Amino acid sequence: MKSLEELKAIKEKALGDIYVRNVKEATGNTDGKTTDGYRAHVMVCAGTGCTSSGSVTLIKEFERLIKKAGIENEVKIIKTGCFGLCAEGPIVVVYPEAAMYCQVKPEDVAEIVTEHLVNGKIVKRLLEGVEKVEDETVTEEDLEGSDFFKKQQRVALHNCGRINPENIEEYIAHDGYFALGKAVTAMTPDEVIDEVLKSGLRGRGGAGFPTGRKWAFAKSSVSDQKYVCCNADEGDPGAFMDRSVLEGDPHVVLEAMAIAGYAIGADQGYIYVRAEYPIAVQRLKIAIEQAEKYGVLGDNLFGTDFSFRVELRLGAGAFVCGEETALMTSIEGHRGEPRPRPPFPAVKGLFMKPTILNNVETYANIPQIILKGADWFTTMGTEKSRGTKVFAVGGKIKNTGLVEIPMGTTLREVVYDIGGGIPNGKKFKAAQTGGPSGGCIPASLIDTPIEYDTLIEIGSMMGSGGLIVMDEDTCMVDIAKFFLEFTVEESCGKCPPCRIGTKRMYDILEKITSGRGELSDIDDLYELADAIKNSALCGLGQTAPNPVLSTLRYFKDEYIAHVVDKKCPAGVCKAFMHYNIIEDKCIGCGKCARMCPADAIVRTEHIPDGHKLASMAINQAKCLKCGACMEGCKFNAIVKE
Amino acid sequence: MSIGFVDTEEKHSKLLAIIEESKSKPGSLIHVLHEAQDIYGYLPIEVQKMISEGLDIPLAEIYGVVTFYAQFSLKPKGEYRISVCLGTACYVKGSDKLLDKLKEELHLEVGDCTADGKFSLEACRCIGACGLAPVFTINDDVYGRIGPDDVPGILAKYKD
Repeated sequence: MKSLEELKAIKEKALGDIYVRNVKEATGNTDGKTTDGYRAHVMVCAGTGCTSSGSVTLIKEFERLIKKAGIENEVKIIKTGCFGLCAEGPIVVVYPEAAMYCQVKPEDVAEIVTEHLVNGKIVKRLLEGVEKVEDETVTEEDLEGSDFFKKQQRVALHNCGRINPENIEEYIAHDGYFALGKAVTAMTPDEVIDEVLKSGLRGRGGAGFPTGRKWAFAKSSVSDQKYVCCNADEGDPGAFMDRSVLEGDPHVVLEAMAIAGYAIGADQGYIYVRAEYPIAVQRLKIAIEQAEKYGVLGDNLFGTDFSFRVELRLGAGAFVCGEETALMTSIEGHRGEPRPRPPFPAVKGLFMKPTILNNVETYANIPQIILKGADWFTTMGTEKSRGTKVFAVGGKIKNTGLVEIPMGTTLREVVYDIGGGIPNGKKFKAAQTGGPSGGCIPASLIDTPIEYDTLIEIGSMMGSGGLIVMDEDTCMVDIAKFFLEFTVEESCGKCPPCRIGTKRMYDILEKITSGRGELSDIDDLYELADAIKNSALCGLGQTAPNPVLSTLRYFKDEYIAHVVDKKCPAGVCKAFMHYNIIEDKCIGCGKCARMCPADAIVRTEHIPDGHKLASMAINQAKCLKCGACMEGCKFNAIVKE
Repeated sequence: MSIGFVDTEEKHSKLLAIIEESKSKPGSLIHVLHEAQDIYGYLPIEVQKMISEGLDIPLAEIYGVVTFYAQFSLKPKGEYRISVCLGTACYVKGSDKLLDKLKEELHLEVGDCTADGKFSLEACRCIGACGLAPVFTINDDVYGRIGPDDVPGILAKYKD
């Protein structure tokens, strides 16, 4: 790539090829077809979520039926990235109408092909957001979709679902690599850093450190070699924002890393990505190859003397490698153990050279900040938390999936307006953010605006963006134990507070949930938490007690119920559960006794009034609490209490 | 049940080629281990020794790295690798009950392989199919929105 003019020429051509999708910008086509002659595009989500729900079969079925209808030269099938509404997957969008079909099954493909692609009539019953079909007329409103999309603001995810991630030209058509061109040809490194500083962008990986400041530190370090790293080792259980960006828009990360390289004076970048994300790894490989071919990575970019290359490094399944110093030791080929800081990576990082490390979503914001300016970015979000944040919303919520909202949106809006509320008419109990480093937000604080500082004030944290919704059936002590079990397993073992401390906390929680807890155990939890927070080597250890501290803060009564009343209010902890047979309802058929794997159910000698057979009873000493009897009973005579 | 290590000329030369091309790159050990595991399916001590000699890294260090990362396995995996997702979203929807049922059906503990080499069972971190929770995978097939009662039926498909 020699100049911006060359990039503009590619953009013009590429816009023609996606004309049916991008009517506003493209010019020169009057017949409604793309330059390469297609009148419609069928975009099928090929992200991990939709692939799991069968989008690969759909693509094959579309190919087969489009060919059968003889329109394979008019309609093009394109694999795209995540639309976000994973619960409704697989998702298919047909252009030029932009009709979004959800939960598309292979047997629905024939209808879409015949009705929509051949006869030009949108299949209303499959449209996202359309619950009931009263008449077949499709209105503008029907096409807009549900509140899930209306309340979102897509910045980091703006290309996800809009482009073919395996085609660099589609990225360029949407202004891809123009920010890099602008930075290296028209801005000094200091101006780039200033723009990022002014935007107020903070790290999206969890801690929220200002990105511009990080870059400025690394720029001021003097060295013959510097590095730019990307943390794509997304490990929080239930979080998959970064994966969706990598799968849906891999070039944005490459472009942003090159901009960062220009700003701090580095010519080499490393992306550390989880090996558990095979689709993302594959798309990144393709993206790097294409970027080198088009000359937007490599030597003398845009005719300047700035050169930049990116290499991929695969993780190997260790959560601690999401911590910055551990990630660097892992890239170096060692056990991923953290190093003490200082020296900070901006001074001595990868291979002991000045290094910046940002997370995927942080990078995904950079090109737009450079292109549209910091002033544009600061119009979104709140004063201390600018821009948007992507959340992977999961758990007990209707619309599980990926959501991007302006900072300052309340949790209530996310759960009820975008998320569609809690299924089965259950009550919202709490939301967990920040994964094993974060905490819970109880129902009483559901109107808290989602910002870095407000979340920390209430004892949780932004984290990388996992948001798990819990209803009244979730036991908070059990959840705290779940997260601690995770930390115990993932602790690298280098420092004793984390290695031994988290294990001891886990043991105490195990004691409490199995009914052997004492009040002094709760005091011990506080003491251990305090010690670990203050003395662990890295972020993983220092934040490990958070799930326990935050559940203790808002749900102490549940801990007390386990310890004093020997009860689990949510009915989760098996030790406190009993199955009982209601005598009046039991007709004595004996099915439960046959279902019981432990022979714990026997016939009594008592025949209730009006019954023919003696009722059954459970021997609590033998009962395994598996629930098989309750599932088998047709008379609702068995209850769990 | 352990299955003896079997090497072939083809596998061996493939590994040597990878070692050769990675030798000069800094920090390439983890990359080589990934490739070696792709070739052999697991990383027995014999393979680690070859890498140790090829890259001139002490065997102890290599063993340290292999055992540190969850992706690397010292034991062979089954023909059908079953992974149960224990990510938060799946856990709150009861994936632990799926795991219990699988253990019971296959008479296996997590991390082990059946004697006939057919099934191995593992628990994994979030695979990102949270919209389908609870989820488990058998090789590349994903089974979601299911309960313990569905397990025997699914396993039956792989048994013969």
